[in-house]
Amino acid sequence: MPHSEHLSKQYDSDLEDIRSRVLQMGGLVEAQILAAIECFGSGNYDLMAQVTDTDRRVNSYEIEIDDACAHVIAKRQPAAGDLRLIMAVSKIVTDLERTGDEAEKIARMAKNIYDRGRLQIPRSADVRHAGNLAVAMLRRVLDAMARLDAAEAERIIDEDAAIDDEFRGIVRQLVTFVMEDPRTISTVLDIVWIAKAIERIGDHAKNIAEQVIYIVHGTDVRHTVKEGHGEPDGGPQ
Amino acid sequence: MAEPKPALDSLPLKAHAASLNFHYGDFHALKKIDMPIYDKRVTALIGPSGCGKSTFLRCFNRMHDLYPGNRYEGEIRLHPDNVNLLDRAVDPIEVRMRLSMVFQKPNPFPKTIFENIAYGLRVRGINRRAVLEEKVEEALRGAALWNEAKDRLHEQAFNLSGGQQQRLCIARALATEPEILLFDEPTSALDPIATASIEELIAELKQKVTILIVTHNMQQAARVSDFTAYMYLGELIEYGWTDDIFIKPQNPQTEAYITGRFG
Repeated sequence: MPHSEHLSKQYDSDLEDIRSRVLQMGGLVEAQILAAIECFGSGNYDLMAQVTDTDRRVNSYEIEIDDACAHVIAKRQPAAGDLRLIMAVSKIVTDLERTGDEAEKIARMAKNIYDRGRLQIPRSADVRHAGNLAVAMLRRVLDAMARLDAAEAERIIDEDAAIDDEFRGIVRQLVTFVMEDPRTISTVLDIVWIAKAIERIGDHAKNIAEQVIYIVHGTDVRHTVKEGHGEPDGGPQ
Repeated sequence: MAEPKPALDSLPLKAHAASLNFHYGDFHALKKIDMPIYDKRVTALIGPSGCGKSTFLRCFNRMHDLYPGNRYEGEIRLHPDNVNLLDRAVDPIEVRMRLSMVFQKPNPFPKTIFENIAYGLRVRGINRRAVLEEKVEEALRGAALWNEAKDRLHEQAFNLSGGQQQRLCIARALATEPEILLFDEPTSALDPIATASIEELIAELKQKVTILIVTHNMQQAARVSDFTAYMYLGELIEYGWTDDIFIKPQNPQTEAYITGRFG
């Protein structure tokens, strides 16, 4: 993409505004997941309320950014790289908003677990580890978007498989756990939901990475499954 | 959804420019242009003022012959007979029988609507009233003007609105059944409604005739054309399917121009 400026300064500033708002929204979502994972680890109820609160802000970012994209399309008829940016941003904000929903889900499930008064949470460390992988993936993909770094986006797409593997491993271990002590079933189900939410966050980060490649190269790499990178099987949908 | 694009080598050619150079006296206005013009497709020429797009268009009907000092090199071959339009031995009048041009401003003759269209036919020796009437109706229908003009055929052409006058010029161009229609910014003097009707007409006309259009309006090029050529300083910078040019152009200069970063 050329980095020179448009003849219209207002057009430049409209696009720049959209770009920076997406990054702000991404930063908010990133903080939301970190807080949600922290809730799961510590049972901090205040933090849980905060995650829900943040979700409202994330939602309004989605609406504002989509509206700004519609304005650019109506007023500027963007073409080429600008068009790809607007199309991609409109999809990226959907992924970010859903990532926020997943964070909220994690906080809600964590609250269920702590409401039940369980002090021993099976596979807690593994789940938090997977959560941190997902946060790192999201952070890196936002960086890649800011720097228009398609090579980094490709690496991120490859790494989604690691989170899928973590998810499969956690589910396998939790199944064993339930078989040994069926009284843990409610808690284990909540943990499976949390692990699934983390796995979904990885998928959303991967979707965003695909959009970064589209912005930079104009190639649509969605649904082009590489060998060994299939969807994880099993688990609640 | 966009339909899959056929392979370029499977498309029949209507014309092609090969190593085309053009000089206005000392000024080298077109530099070694190679470009295919596919049959029954719309090819749009875009680029900033002075890039050579109108000069290129005018080579096709030898308009430059009208001024001394102008010089062509290279070829524009018309298919299927493979005649070189620029060959000195080829009569420009013959060329203009096969390629018709529509200009930026509607320029009907100071005659009636009927006579505007019949003129080219009379020049070709068609004088029988019944034949003329049939051809005039056919041309007016082809230019989507018949319903508006059928009851005023013997009124002066200047009584028509700007958009109608432009469609009359298209009808006049169609009457002689050209193989290629050359449009030089055909809607730049028209309002958006008249522009939309001309664009609609272009979409219909391409079923029968090959179209080459110069336009300053990039969205118009994106809407009406199958292929787009971006020119700059007399050179062809990029040529390709219009969808590709407007979504992922290969050349950074093309990208800069169509995204409004030029300058």
